[in-house]
Amino acid sequence: MDGKYGVGIDIGSTCAKTVIIDSEGMIVWKDLRPTGWSSVDTAEAIRKDLPPEIRNNEKTRFVATGYGRVSVPFADKCVTEISCHAKGAVKLFGLRDLNVIDIGGQDTKLIVIRGGAVTEFIMNDKCSAGTGRFLEVMANTLSVSPAAMCRMAEQGNETRISSLCTVFAESEVINLIGMGTPRENIAWAIVDSIVQKVKTQAGKIRLEKEPLCLTGGLCDFSYVQKKLEIVFGRDVLTTPDARFAGALGAAEYAVLSG
Amino acid sequence: MADYVKMWENLGMDLESHDMLCQVLPTAVGDVFMTQENRPKAMDFWDLVISEVHGIRPAELIEEQKKGRKVFGTFCVFVPDEVIIAADGIVTGLCGGSQFWVPGGEEVLPKNTCPLIKASVGARLGRTCPFFRIADVYVGETTCDGKKKAYEILGQDVPMYIMDVPQMKRPKDILKWKEEIAEFAEKVEEITGNKLSADKLKEAIRIVNEKRKAMKRVYDARKSVCLPISGRDTLLMTQISFFDDPERCAKMCNRLADELEQRIKDGVSVVPEGTKRILVTGTPLAVPNWKLHNIIETSGAVVVCEEMCTGTRYFENLVDDSGETLDDLYMALSERYMKNNCACFTPNPGRIDDIIRLAKEYKADGVIDCSLKFCGLYDIEKKSVAEALKAEGIPVLSLETDYEDSDAGQLRTRIEAFVEMLNG
Ligand code: SF4
Ligand code: SF4
Repeated sequence: MDGKYGVGIDIGSTCAKTVIIDSEGMIVWKDLRPTGWSSVDTAEAIRKDLPPEIRNNEKTRFVATGYGRVSVPFADKCVTEISCHAKGAVKLFGLRDLNVIDIGGQDTKLIVIRGGAVTEFIMNDKCSAGTGRFLEVMANTLSVSPAAMCRMAEQGNETRISSLCTVFAESEVINLIGMGTPRENIAWAIVDSIVQKVKTQAGKIRLEKEPLCLTGGLCDFSYVQKKLEIVFGRDVLTTPDARFAGALGAAEYAVLSG
Repeated sequence: MADYVKMWENLGMDLESHDMLCQVLPTAVGDVFMTQENRPKAMDFWDLVISEVHGIRPAELIEEQKKGRKVFGTFCVFVPDEVIIAADGIVTGLCGGSQFWVPGGEEVLPKNTCPLIKASVGARLGRTCPFFRIADVYVGETTCDGKKKAYEILGQDVPMYIMDVPQMKRPKDILKWKEEIAEFAEKVEEITGNKLSADKLKEAIRIVNEKRKAMKRVYDARKSVCLPISGRDTLLMTQISFFDDPERCAKMCNRLADELEQRIKDGVSVVPEGTKRILVTGTPLAVPNWKLHNIIETSGAVVVCEEMCTGTRYFENLVDDSGETLDDLYMALSERYMKNNCACFTPNPGRIDDIIRLAKEYKADGVIDCSLKFCGLYDIEKKSVAEALKAEGIPVLSLETDYEDSDAGQLRTRIEAFVEMLNG
């Protein structure tokens, strides 16, 4: 081992994730914190919190990714979240042929990986439909946490909201509340609308038979995973570290960089 | 800069708003073009024209109008310039490519209309574009629904003539387009007061063919692995060719092509070896819409070809000038123009064939298919384009955007990721 470390910093729209790996690829440190108002300040705060022996090691390389990737002044390099998520997922799931579903705070990505390399990808449009943001806004409307809403949804019965736009969907939800629809059913409808949107997006790329792997902030919500399995009609893999996929990929790029 | 204020005033322009537009353009030109290194010297002509885009050419047009010549404003490459030129008329493109005009367009059009249409209408009604003021008559065409209806609105403010473009490409459609051209010719005779003759039309065909050949020479130089010109510079050349005098345009393009061919011989490239080469396809990029090219070329890739109306579709295919009668020549025009593979046709397999052929000719590593927001035609066609390209093993990225800057970050992420994917 040559004592080199790779630091991957994934500045997402809601959370900043950091992973440090050593030259063997072992994860030696990780961190998760809200992105807050200023990506630059968050990046600086992360740097301060890094283990000193790694931060001050001249062999340490930093790679930034995520939508705030350009706001990490000390990064040696920026790599897009598509490439980083792909690289991280290959490692996390131990697969070279897979499809990644990443439901992030601001956008949803579907990445096709064959032979360990990205062959196709799609990101959702400007709107927040089908993203973590959508889930958050709707949970707020129901006055519960996103996690609690997902648990609630599990107890719910089939109910639909038709609008994919967050603004309109919110008024639909308010309407349903007004009509006395049980909260569980509304929660069901909200999660359903997210996974349906992901499914629609998937129609545009060739997922083929390769495994589906869920990464991003929603991977902790087992009900989202279960619902994805239902709409895709097959297994959806995930792991607890899956929300670090982007940061892990970035850390790998860092180790690889000179 | 010369003082054009008097001229703009005489054109009835809204000087206050126009000042605002004039203030943003130099910054955009500086950011997009002047930051490039090692540009061909012959770009000086287009740099000058764009720096005074609302001055130099409009002043020329007004001089010609004083001599009694008429200016025809067009919105689509289907309108045959040759007919207008043969009757001693002048053609100028009238496409709005700036967000500046969009709000004005939205005052009279639904928000979910494509930005090209909104900007064009806004430029006319807001009185902030001299070309839209100068044109004596606008020539529209029945290509997409948005334009058809927008022409009705423009027609209340300015004389408007509409050509009925067929929606299919059967032999009877080509005949029909010939009839449309013949009828248009009568109208042009009426407006200009000049009779057409086969000789005059042949000469006009020759002039426009020369312009096409010159533009093609510039594009052909981009097929070289040693790339002598950036996509941004070529796009600027193409955009301005819609406004320029066709003979001067040919001369300037040939001058540029001479330099590019010399650069290839000398091994002068504008990008490092191995830079990924992108073919761009989709809806037209009207001046000053440089957003897509700018993002691509600042994300580690370079644009080598545009399969679009502000690109290969403008100059590919020459008109056969061997006919002896006006009728023969109208038919030759129809045959050439009907080779344009706009998404307004159904079915439209020719466009896919073109994209694949051009991707190979220009040695593109990947294709970016980008349409303007709310353009249903090109948006729907993306699926078949993507499928065909994937079947050919050519990577493709489909995008949608408008004239606003707000999605620049998201576009950049997708484009950078695409380039990273191509780099492997
Ligand atoms: S894209 Fe179609 S409608 Fe638009 S200028 Fe080209 S041919 Fe005309
Ligand atoms: S981009 Fe599409 S919608 Fe807009 S004018 Fe052209 S064909 Fe019509």
